[in-house]
Amino acid sequence: MSNSGLQPTIDLEVYRYRPEQQAEPTYDTFTVPLRDEWVILDALNYIKDELDGSLSYRWSCRMGVCGSCGMMANGEPVLTCAAFLKSYAPGSIRVEPLANFPVARDLIISMDDFMEKMNRIQPWIITDEEKPLEEGEYLQTPDQVDEYKQFSMCINCLLCYSACPIYGMEPSFIGPAAIALAQRYNLDSRDHGQETRMDILSTDDGIWQCTFVGECSEVCPENVDPAGAIQRYKVTSTNDWWKSKLLPWTSKQ
Amino acid sequence: MTYGRYQKYHPWLYEPRFPILWWIKKWAYIRFILREMTSLAVVFYAVVLLLYVNAVSDGPEAFAAFTAWLKSPLSISLHAVAFFFLVFHSITWFNLAPKAMVIHIGAKKVSGSVILAMNYLTWVVVTVGLFWLLTF
Ligand code: FES
Repeated sequence: MSNSGLQPTIDLEVYRYRPEQQAEPTYDTFTVPLRDEWVILDALNYIKDELDGSLSYRWSCRMGVCGSCGMMANGEPVLTCAAFLKSYAPGSIRVEPLANFPVARDLIISMDDFMEKMNRIQPWIITDEEKPLEEGEYLQTPDQVDEYKQFSMCINCLLCYSACPIYGMEPSFIGPAAIALAQRYNLDSRDHGQETRMDILSTDDGIWQCTFVGECSEVCPENVDPAGAIQRYKVTSTNDWWKSKLLPWTSKQ
Repeated sequence: MTYGRYQKYHPWLYEPRFPILWWIKKWAYIRFILREMTSLAVVFYAVVLLLYVNAVSDGPEAFAAFTAWLKSPLSISLHAVAFFFLVFHSITWFNLAPKAMVIHIGAKKVSGSVILAMNYLTWVVVTVGLFWLLTF
């Protein structure tokens, strides 16, 4: 950039919450250099290094892989390592912690709720019986991999939960990422856990809370399409119910 | 103002209340609410149909009175509005269909646009069929 003293700048209004000092959050405004190659995360790092070392936020890979830098920028959930400052200029950027989660400090949310839900859907391959070792590995065709690959791309950044008004209103909703992850295993040809997961997903807190707002898929940085996963599962679950009523002898229980 | 599930054991967590007017913040949310409200248009049509059946069972005078009301400006404007919302409802519904329906032929997935086309085709066939039933 120019080395004259007239480097352009941009203002960041940053959400601050220090529970030992304040009961209500406040906003601090910081002026940072507006560089073409800088993303919001660079600006936060600049603030922490040069302006206020007490600012707290999460990040790690700074390249859209780890999923830890999700925040609200002007009300939209984004990965801050992929959100360029210049796309917001002129004008300031309001940086807030991800919506719909309790805030622990500044831009850091508590993700305990998601961790618990993720565990509940049993995100691992469940097999009826293990093959003996001599029989070799569990093979899959490329078509079989394609069935679930999209749903396996989730980086747990939680942007989808922040975009989901249902989760905001009903925190017991299992939510987009966890259901997409369940589908990732349900659609895996090596997995036999459908029935087990159905008991968790077909409840009120599962897929039926979803009214298909669809914003989870819009904000997803990895194109996982959790909304699609949920709607597909609604069809599966409905078919299962009809089958169990009309052809009871075909259902396993 | 905080509330919530965590306060008891994690009193330092800040949990803002979810705003009632959440849906005016984003055009996508407004569109969603509009779509939900189209169900009122569906209710309107269902009620009209029930009244229609009722008028038929009440005899020729009642039926004539009801059809006269159907032709009144009020009824026609109500129908215009309801029809607009129903078309909005149907089109958005059909556009969502490929998300929920994944059909396989052999090992290959049927593409979304084919599923969409099949849905629209069924719609047209059923509409024409009903029209034929009612007019002949
Ligand atoms: S820092 Fe890893 S995704 Fe942004």
